[in-house]
Amino acid sequence: MNKRFATAAEAVADVFDGATVMIGGFGGSGAPIELIHALIDAGPKNLTVVNNNAGNGHVGLAAMIEQGMVRKLICSFPKSKDPKAFTDRYLAGEIELELVPQGTLAERIRAGGAGIPAFYTPTAYGTELGEKKPTAEFDGKPYVQERWLKADFALVKAELGDPYGNLTYRLAARNFNPLMATAAGKTIAQVSRLVEAGGIDPEAVVTPGIFVNRLVEIANPRQEEVLNQAEARYP
Amino acid sequence: MTIQGQLGQEQIAWRAAQDIEDGAYVNLGIGFPEKVAAYTIEGREPIFHTENGVLGFGRAPAKGEEDWDLINAGKKAITLKPGAAFFDHATSFAMIRGGHLDVAILGALQVASNGDLANWRVGDKGVPAVGGAMDLVNGAKRVAVLTDHVTKDGKPKLVEACTFPLTGVGCVTRVYTSLAVIDVDIANARFVLVEKLAHLSMDDLQSVTGAKLHVEGDVGELEVPELS
Repeated sequence: MNKRFATAAEAVADVFDGATVMIGGFGGSGAPIELIHALIDAGPKNLTVVNNNAGNGHVGLAAMIEQGMVRKLICSFPKSKDPKAFTDRYLAGEIELELVPQGTLAERIRAGGAGIPAFYTPTAYGTELGEKKPTAEFDGKPYVQERWLKADFALVKAELGDPYGNLTYRLAARNFNPLMATAAGKTIAQVSRLVEAGGIDPEAVVTPGIFVNRLVEIANPRQEEVLNQAEARYP
Repeated sequence: MTIQGQLGQEQIAWRAAQDIEDGAYVNLGIGFPEKVAAYTIEGREPIFHTENGVLGFGRAPAKGEEDWDLINAGKKAITLKPGAAFFDHATSFAMIRGGHLDVAILGALQVASNGDLANWRVGDKGVPAVGGAMDLVNGAKRVAVLTDHVTKDGKPKLVEACTFPLTGVGCVTRVYTSLAVIDVDIANARFVLVEKLAHLSMDDLQSVTGAKLHVEGDVGELEVPELS
């Protein structure tokens, strides 16, 4: 078994036009910048992207949006220090937004990975984000039905990876990454260090390798926040 | 009318901090509510939760010491306290929705006397963004709001019915404002005055409040230290 790919470009080469792509991270923390930039180089169009945010500045997801690759964004908080890439296109009607409460977004992805087509949550009941969705009462309390979310590809960022695809994460960069890894047809992980089998304590594995299809080692990955402070642009 | 001697944000945050118990698991909303952490009472140890997967974080790091993998929900750099824990987003919102969080403290555009909260969107213009607010108000055991008592142009923020889009229905249990501390009796859809600034008359307070303030027993004096 070898899930290892030599380059980010090879790992994302088959992302096709119209695909749904989950991208891990919360703001810049845990955002797989190198995989996103490789995807920009590959240039698929009409993508539906699932991320908590909508990019910041002119790198990563914001750069994907600037390149016109994103038809629809599913997220909870499309604002940031520099949200211009998304905001301009949204206000011009050039990009569709499905706004989802953050916990519902997380659970929809979890459900997608766990084979649960729908679930009920109290979140958004009685609000405009709960409108037109089935509701039901359980033990006297009203809930909104939400559906699973799945993707063709997930791009995730991890700290350690081994040849079997087992992953660990660094600090709060975990966030959506382990969930998205479970919910995509092909999960592509960039890892800061690829270790031998046995190099990760089985008790410390966060994402078991069954959820991971491809691994690329990106030593010293770039941070969106640091790139933005340097006013970087991609490409 | 103009009310003199209103509390500033630091003072409202201080007052809210007095009600946080030792060992409470607490989520502070982005912005104004984050100030509550600075006024933790000596001898009490609340544990702060952030939606992006950290329990037990502490102060911001010194400038230049930031690690951008270690941030809070407001995307600001944080540090960890001994005993901190990381977890993924589904686990984080299981803590929230599952009723494990003791207190969520949020900002508000409007709070209604039936406990409805509007705090995420003013109208249908611009880019909407909700984040974790709708989950927090439906999950925490206690949902408190920090707010100025009136808007910048003097309109009441405590109202009979919210006119802005709702964040949640029947969820807010206590409101800390620049003039008063008010409980929300959700079952009976009424505001109950707990404390008010000493120099403020009931009539003056009522005149800047958009729904009737009920009084049950003694109304306490809202006493807060000078804070910058």
